[in-house]
Amino acid sequence: MDIKAYIALSLILFCTGIVGVLVRRNAIIIFMCIELMLNSVNLLLVAFSKMHAVSAAAKASSTFAADAQIFVFFIMVVAAAEVSVGLAIIVMLYRNTHSIDINFLNRLKN
Amino acid sequence: MNAIVVSAFMGILMMFTGAFVKNRAVPRYLAIAGAILLFLANAIELKQGQPLFHINIYDMLKTSSYSLGFLAVMIGCLILLFLLSGEDIERVGHDVGEYFALIFFVMCGVAICATFNTLLFLFLGIEILSIPLYILTGSNKRNLLSIEAALKYFLMGSFSTGLLLMGIAMVYGGTPNASFYIASIDVGNTATSPFIIIGLILMLVAISFKVSAAPFHFWAPDVYDGAPTVFTSFMSTIVKVAGFLAFIRLFENSFGAIHKDWQKLIVVITIATLFIGNITAIFQQSVKRMLAYSSIAQAGFMMLALFALNDRAKEGMVLYAAAYSIAAIGLFGIVSRMNEFTISDFNGLGKTHPVVAFTATIFLLSLTGIPLTAGFQSKLYMLTSVVENSNQVWLVIVAVIFSAISAYYYFRVIQAMYFKEPNTEDPVELWNINGWFKSVLILLAILTIIIGIYPEWILGWLYYW
Repeated sequence: MDIKAYIALSLILFCTGIVGVLVRRNAIIIFMCIELMLNSVNLLLVAFSKMHAVSAAAKASSTFAADAQIFVFFIMVVAAAEVSVGLAIIVMLYRNTHSIDINFLNRLKN
Repeated sequence: MNAIVVSAFMGILMMFTGAFVKNRAVPRYLAIAGAILLFLANAIELKQGQPLFHINIYDMLKTSSYSLGFLAVMIGCLILLFLLSGEDIERVGHDVGEYFALIFFVMCGVAICATFNTLLFLFLGIEILSIPLYILTGSNKRNLLSIEAALKYFLMGSFSTGLLLMGIAMVYGGTPNASFYIASIDVGNTATSPFIIIGLILMLVAISFKVSAAPFHFWAPDVYDGAPTVFTSFMSTIVKVAGFLAFIRLFENSFGAIHKDWQKLIVVITIATLFIGNITAIFQQSVKRMLAYSSIAQAGFMMLALFALNDRAKEGMVLYAAAYSIAAIGLFGIVSRMNEFTISDFNGLGKTHPVVAFTATIFLLSLTGIPLTAGFQSKLYMLTSVVENSNQVWLVIVAVIFSAISAYYYFRVIQAMYFKEPNTEDPVELWNINGWFKSVLILLAILTIIIGIYPEWILGWLYYW
């Protein structure tokens, strides 16, 4: 399959994530949209890695383009760390306000 | 390299101290000792030119005496922060050891940001620096403002991480030799791939988020206002400056060849940051929030280093880091000892607490950029670098005008301290102003003056080897 299809798919996922972050008001949904952004990047990195590997094989050079696939594992680990911190913050908010609607969060404005 | 290992080790040690040592004062003394150890480890690496630990990292981290000297400035500021505000960290909540542990983990991220050589380590450094900060922001668990700040910071921070990662993926896709090393991103030829252009813009936006440059600054005032004041002091000085160091390393080494093209974006960001930071700071009644906006304004000045990106700009960046961090740490240290933060609470401080008021005046003068203080020298270096780079005198004039505007809100605090009568029926209480606190404040003020007169004292270390 063409690389363009992968790029298009991951860009669509990424934009869905951005729109979700900007539009939705529920903290957990926003959080899921951020995860969607990170995972679209994972998809894109793997696709690019394969693309580079194919072009290196065509040129018969010895470049082994697996760096991006290792990068994906780092993104997964960091995303897991972020999830643990983020959910703890959301639980702390829920204990205090009994809501996870971010419209409640305007006390600091004034 | 030394700093990364030592700070990670110190973080783990502080966690165990928090779990097993009952005495609440022990973590603070241990943290001060650990920060000094961190400084010494970094100084040894700067002096010997090679790390103590020989770990094969395949060039993924690359040290230069510039980055180590910059790191030494930041660790020095951390020591000063611990000496001045260690007791305030104890006062934040129950888990004293963990707060210090998280601060050391942030320093690990700062050290990675200072020495990364691949985009992978840029990402890891920025994340190691950010995630503990989300926790520190929300560490005051009973206070809804603190939780609100933590959630806002967390959502905005991970959003910008997503943008940064997309930028990295795009740059990787556009680089023909399939490498994450920042020096191997191929931008020299005319046929620069559109992927690289998109990636550059996304990374610029993402790091602008981290250093709170306009128009991506909107989280900063709320977060700085809601977080416990000691941690505001930490993240608006040391962490922000680390973001700028990462900025300079990345954009100098990987996109330096097309500097002229993205320079225009930096001009827009700089002027917007200066404008929004300074103009909004004028209208603030709370000193803490005023300092939050002024830290945005100072970020605008630091963006000038990215505009010029020559040797003098890099020197000026180090001076600015030292000058701004010392002054802001001192001011936030004073603010964190007050119950209320409005400007009228500073009324008559010159009579009731003369030492505190005098040192606060020096810090405010340094932030404004009055001669004989460190702030003046650093702003002078920044503006000179802009002229040397491209003769863009109009940009210098704009920056100076905004610097003059900043005098208005800084001097308002000085005026309140010296020319207004103390509030007699409801006097403001300053918590625990002892001899130690005063002497550290005087030390900070003396450092501000020394750097203002002999900037070479710091700059000499940048060219050690």
